Parts: sequence; structure tokens; C-alpha cells
Amino acid sequence: MKTVQLSHGGGGEEANTLIHDLFYTHFNNDILIKAEDAAVLQVEKKIAFTTDSFTVTPLFFNGGDIGKLAVAGTVNDLAMMGARPLYLSAAFIIEEGFAFDELRCIVESMAKELKKSGAKIVCGDTKVVPRGTLDKIFINTSGIGELIRENISAHNLNEGDVIISSGDIGRHGATVLMHREGFDVSTQLKSDCETLWPAVESLIHENISISTMRDATRGGLSAVLNELAVSSGVCIEIEESALVISDEVQGVCEMFGFEAVDFANEGTFVLAVASQHASFAVEILRMFGFCKDAAVIGRVTQKYPRKVILNSSYGSSRFLDLPKGELLPRIC
Amino acid sequence: MSELRLKDLYAGFRNTDTISLLAKQITEAAEELDEDLNIMEVCGGHTHTIMKYGLLQLLPKNISFVHGPGCPVCIMPKERIDHAIALANMDDAILITLGDMIRIPGSKSSLSLQRAQGKDIRPLYTPMDAVKIAQENPKKKVIFFAIGFETTTPMTAALIKTMLEQKITNLFFHINHVLVPPAIDAIMADAKARVNAFIGPSHVSVISGTKIFEQVPVSYNTPLVVSGFEPVDVLQGILMIIKQKLQDKAEVQIQYTRSVTVEGNIKAQKMIKTYLQPREHFRWRGIGDIPLSAMQLKPEYASFDAEVVFSEVLPNEAIDDHKLCICGAILRGLSTPMDCEVFGGACTPNTPLGSCMVSSEGACNAYFRYGGIR
Repeated sequence: MKTVQLSHGGGGEEANTLIHDLFYTHFNNDILIKAEDAAVLQVEKKIAFTTDSFTVTPLFFNGGDIGKLAVAGTVNDLAMMGARPLYLSAAFIIEEGFAFDELRCIVESMAKELKKSGAKIVCGDTKVVPRGTLDKIFINTSGIGELIRENISAHNLNEGDVIISSGDIGRHGATVLMHREGFDVSTQLKSDCETLWPAVESLIHENISISTMRDATRGGLSAVLNELAVSSGVCIEIEESALVISDEVQGVCEMFGFEAVDFANEGTFVLAVASQHASFAVEILRMFGFCKDAAVIGRVTQKYPRKVILNSSYGSSRFLDLPKGELLPRIC
Repeated sequence: MSELRLKDLYAGFRNTDTISLLAKQITEAAEELDEDLNIMEVCGGHTHTIMKYGLLQLLPKNISFVHGPGCPVCIMPKERIDHAIALANMDDAILITLGDMIRIPGSKSSLSLQRAQGKDIRPLYTPMDAVKIAQENPKKKVIFFAIGFETTTPMTAALIKTMLEQKITNLFFHINHVLVPPAIDAIMADAKARVNAFIGPSHVSVISGTKIFEQVPVSYNTPLVVSGFEPVDVLQGILMIIKQKLQDKAEVQIQYTRSVTVEGNIKAQKMIKTYLQPREHFRWRGIGDIPLSAMQLKPEYASFDAEVVFSEVLPNEAIDDHKLCICGAILRGLSTPMDCEVFGGACTPNTPLGSCMVSSEGACNAYFRYGGIR
């Protein structure tokens, strides 16, 4: 089995081969193959800039892999600010002895995911570290995008805004958890990992008045809603019955005592829109396969500022708090 | 015939119309009560259900809950957690335990902090995973820090049985299994507790049967209804309690008939008795020392009893609860978490000072997470 060696990160011939045969081949674009010390970029508008590191275990899971995540994650962070994703950097830190075939799969997956937004990887770096100093592979991506809609911000929620979830919740977290703990997962349980830009672009194109957007990644829906409530100093009231949770995710929750609202998502985002645009926004989102379960889930009020409230269908309500600590299963 | 789906098993027990109807029936029936109803839900699972589903908001003002001691993580005294930490710090040791136990602070540290410092500490989903860990690490001492009420004790017994059958010699047990009835007695003993009815623990009863609670109504003149964990179960249990009160009865009743019998799981009970026996006393966080309230390995199994084999490394000092903590009063129904001056300030789920804040099934933790809406 061909594996990645320390020399692949050394800057010599092996490193050169790796860069040309693998990265340039798959990420091929004019800026990257110039192989300068830095990419020179021309952007007309205001830019959004973000970075994220990816360390997921397992590297390959149902519905995605670390490569797909590394591209979709950064592209989505740009999209959530109303920015068209343009240019990404990609830095790989690889454990000596990592299977070359797996690296190829990851890079191919990244290239495939880039096509969905049209973003390009224009610079990168590869380091190989001695065996045992790292768990297989870490990837960092940074990205810039041009703002095609300004003033989308976590601080912009207004009383009366309507909260929309772009899809069902909890699939990525539940999938990775089941893989990680070695449970035989039903093939139906699949990460929602997805590039969201096409849906966001449509919303902007149709002039939906968007106050804020945020992808519900780590900490899940509950973390994102709490962040938004605190940032904007408002109360977010969610109707529990409006949340879409797949049977598979709910099943994992029932067995282990987790809540779907605490599980990470990689393809579901939350947006707040002006109330008169809510139903049109949902209609637009539902045209995209990965947003087919988009729905209005709540609204912005002043009932308990900086808090998120979950209303039940039978007349009670409770605070939806941030998830605390690591996710641990219930005992009995 | 269509396939039975998981949600078919619970959807009815969370049905909006059923919940609303039961709430209405309870409200109507409760008007007839001549005293306020202070129901102790013994088990943390019920506390969680009550708070998560906001059931208190659906009930009339003359019904309130006293959140009982039935959370095995919450009642674990600091000195036992210090034991776990000491065991994890031995050379070539792997400490394995269940769920929330990982993050509970002992006197100086917690298992999660120790794990971050490189100690091999692993949360398990099922005790049977211990077999695999012991087999894969033949040169290590694998120590199972066993916790839980009657519910989880059979799993420990089954693990011991498997270990003996497979002749595994590197697996040790630190037994912290506790018992519900002595805890109820300890809380009711001084007659100060503001409790006049019980919702009995359901999964404990699946194993032990409701026979273990037979003395409760007799001793304290309180109805005890064993109900399931879903909101409909809890509401139906409350209605059954009210009906007993209105008929001036005090007896053990089972709402959770889909799982619970009077006799319980006889096979599991036998297996427990094969390996374990009651210990003279056990100190409960928030309550104090209770005689015959926990289990230990029988003397003939001392060779894999971590408390015997590794006694040299285990600290002996009892460590008191924080002096500002009022968990003892909360467990007796004399106070609520809102009465506590450190609640939500110095004492939070991330920095628990007292037993009721430590696990998601503790009363203070549940109030912190879900409470505050009236």
C-alpha cells in the first residue's frame, strides 16, 4: 500500500510530485498552478473572510468525508454572510504512513464539492508529521467571498422576524456519533453535509429580506439559536412541532438520551427573514433537494430577551439552553 | 401489515390531545383535594420528563413536585469520585464507567480533567463493552466503576458472569450500585419532608418489581404510583395518585404496566444475588450516610473487587458537601433550587457545587436547563 511519507512534506522531489500529481490535478486553476508564494486575487466588492479546521473522526462517514466537510464548511460560512465563495486555501497536516488512496479520495471529494459553489482553491500547504503525533489527517481551509448582500448579521434580528430552518436537524452529529462509537448504523442515517451556496444565492437573487443566516454546525440548532438571541438581544420562540427530525435521528436520540437540537448539522442552516417574505423563502429553499424539509420553525419576540424558548403543542414551554460539555449517553 | 417503527412505540405517549386531556382531568380532579399534593418523583428520569415537557405549567397550583434522590450520578459522594480518579491514576490502568460520571467533580478533579491529562478513562454505552476492552488490553488493569440504581445492577452482574465464564483476569469492579427504598426511608425518616405522594421509579421497578415499595404506603401513608417516563405516563400517574387521595387510599399502583410487574425480573434479581450483597452503609451526596443502601461484591469475589485489590491507593476520608449547598433540603421538598443562593451563580452545570446540579437528571440541573418559565 502506498503511503504518505515524511519526505512528501519536505519540499523536495517527493513533495513536488504530491503537489503536482494530486493537488494541481484535482484543484486545477490558473491561480494555483502559477505556484507563486502567494495567490494574487482581484475582488471587486467587499469581501468576507473565514477559516476553519477539520479534524473529524471517522474521516469517511455516510454522506460525506473530511474533504467534503472542509470545503462545504468554509464555503457555507461565507454563504451565511451573503458572500459568494470565491477563493479558498487548503492546508493539509498528514500523519506519516497515511494511505495515499485515502488522501486521493479526500482530495477528489474536495474537488467535487468545490464545483457546487464555483469556489477555487488558490493556495495550499502540506505538512507530514511523524506517526503518532496526529490522528491521520487534519485539514484547514480559509476562504474569501464577495458580499453580494450586505448587512446579514447575527446582530440583526428584529422583533417580528420569522425563523426558518432549511431542513431536518441533527443528521451529521448523529451519523458521526454512531460511526465513532462503532454502532452498526442503518444506511438511512446519513450526514446532511452539503454546500449551501446555491440555495443562499437564490434567496438573495429573489430579494428575500434576510436579517441573519447561520449554519447549525457544532452545538446544533440550540447553540445557533442561543448565539443569535444573545447577539441581537432578542427572544427566539420555537414551535417544537415544527422541527423536522428524521426517524433515524430521533431513534438515536431515544436510545441514548440525546436531543436532536444538540446534534451538529453540516447542511442545515437557520435564517431569519422579514415575516412577509417567510413563505416565499421557504418555497425557494424547497426547490433545492438538500432543503426539501425547509420550514418556518419560530419567530423573534421580546418575551425573554437573550433566551430561546421551545413551545410545545400542548401549551407548555421551556428554555432551550446551550448544550453543555461533551455528549454523553444517559445511564438508565 | 406495516413494519413497526420506533416512533410507534412512543408517539402515543407524547400525543398533544392526550396530554391536554389528562391535564384537564387532573385539574378537575385536583379541585376536590383537601390538601396540597407534594409529589416526590424519586427518579431523575421523571424529573427530566417533568422539566423537559414543561408539565408543571399544565398542572393546578395545588400540585407540586419534590425532586427525589434517584439520580445515581448526583448522589455519588466526592470520596467515591476520588476513588475513581485514584484508580485511573494507577500505572497501566484503564478506568471505564457510564455516561455523566465522566464530568462529575470529586474533591479536586474530575475524570474528564484526568482524561485530558492523558489518563485512560473511557465512557461506555453498555457494561458488556468492558469484556472487549479487557481482552484487547491483556497487560492493563481494566477497572469498571459501576454506578446506578437497581436498574443497572443486573448489567454489572451479567458482566461479572461473562468475565468469569471467559476467564478474564484483568477486569476489576468498583461497585457503587445503590438502592431506592433505603433512600426513600432516609428522606422520610424525620417526618419533616414535605412529601405526601410518590411517583415510583419505573426502570428500577422493571428489575426489582414493585414489591420493594410495599412498605412505603404503609409507613408514610402515601400513595406510590410507578409510572413510565413519557409525559402521558407521568400525567396518568399523577391522576392515579389524586384518585387514591380522593378515596383516602395509600397503596402501590402500577401505571407503567407495559413494563413493570409486582415481582419484577426474577432472573436478573437472582443474578445480582449471586455476586453482590448489601453493604453496611453508603454515604449519599446531599443526604448523608444511609445503612444498607448500596451493594458490594461478596467476599468470595474479593480477587476482582477494586476496593479490596487496590485498597492502598484509595483515599478514605469522607468529604462533605459545599456548605452553601442546600441539596439536602431540596431532596426533602423543604426548598426548591430557586431558594438556593448559589443556584445559577457559583453553582452551574459546568461548575456544580452540589449533587442536584451535577447530572442532567438532577433537580437543579433540570431547573437550570429548562426552568424559569411560568
